[in-house]
Amino acid sequence: MQEDRQHEAELIRRVLAGETDLFHELIRPYEKMVYVTLFTMLRNESEAEDAAQEAMISAFRYLHTFRGDAKFSTWLVTIAMNEGRQRLRRLKRAAEDSLEDTVEEPEGDFTPAFLTDWREIPLEALERQELRQKLREAVDSLPKIYREVFVLRDLQELNQEETAAALGITVTAVKVRLHRARMMLQKSLVPYLQGSVPSRKSFFGRLSQ
Amino acid sequence: MNLKCKNVWEHISEFLDQQLTREARAEIEKHLENCEVCSAILDSTRNVLILTADDRTYELPVGYSKRLHARLQKALHQNPPPGKNSSN
Repeated sequence: MQEDRQHEAELIRRVLAGETDLFHELIRPYEKMVYVTLFTMLRNESEAEDAAQEAMISAFRYLHTFRGDAKFSTWLVTIAMNEGRQRLRRLKRAAEDSLEDTVEEPEGDFTPAFLTDWREIPLEALERQELRQKLREAVDSLPKIYREVFVLRDLQELNQEETAAALGITVTAVKVRLHRARMMLQKSLVPYLQGSVPSRKSFFGRLSQ
Repeated sequence: MNLKCKNVWEHISEFLDQQLTREARAEIEKHLENCEVCSAILDSTRNVLILTADDRTYELPVGYSKRLHARLQKALHQNPPPGKNSSN
């Protein structure tokens, strides 16, 4: 981990010193992260791909502004999100989004869904393609402020502090929004997670009824 | 102290992220042993996270990486090196 970071710092230094081709190597580990971040914002494959390319080019142009105190991945994801926001504004989708969800919704219902006749589902059930499709749809339909936090924390696996820094919000807000996002997703997915599978010892080691 | 289900739900995320104190965690575990509703909620939430972390949930378009690097290659050579003047 530490070594990776040192290697990365070295690559950045060399790119800035003129070995520009090393930029390819620098961003290779983050290609998917940048694309997925943009895909969850823009909800369109080709738009997300184009935005990812633009974001990477911006990252190159502004590489000299990168401060080593943040992680390069966090910095890069911030650039990707900025690119995504600009496009949303251009696409006027931001209008819909910002009206409904720029504010916290303290009154919202963030309780999980009850499961009736729950049998813990075996791992094979999670293999179903349909389930992954449903999850993507459920993530899509999250209000923006929750979606952003969920994507950074649970999809990109940034830690709380990095997520807070990338979004310009507090760690407490990250925690609250993440919890709500997960509860909303749990609620959306329960109908699909609830299979009529035979009871058996679960993957998580508890015995189901 | 007896935890109510609602208190357990409020802490599901912290439970999954291992952010609870040992005491709080133990209390929730105790509750889970006797509460099928909360156990099911915890498992289903965990399944959501497992699915999310699955590489196949979000896939890259075919040829994405190739196109990205081709476009980058152009940009890298169109522009002066970052942080420098266009002297070279």
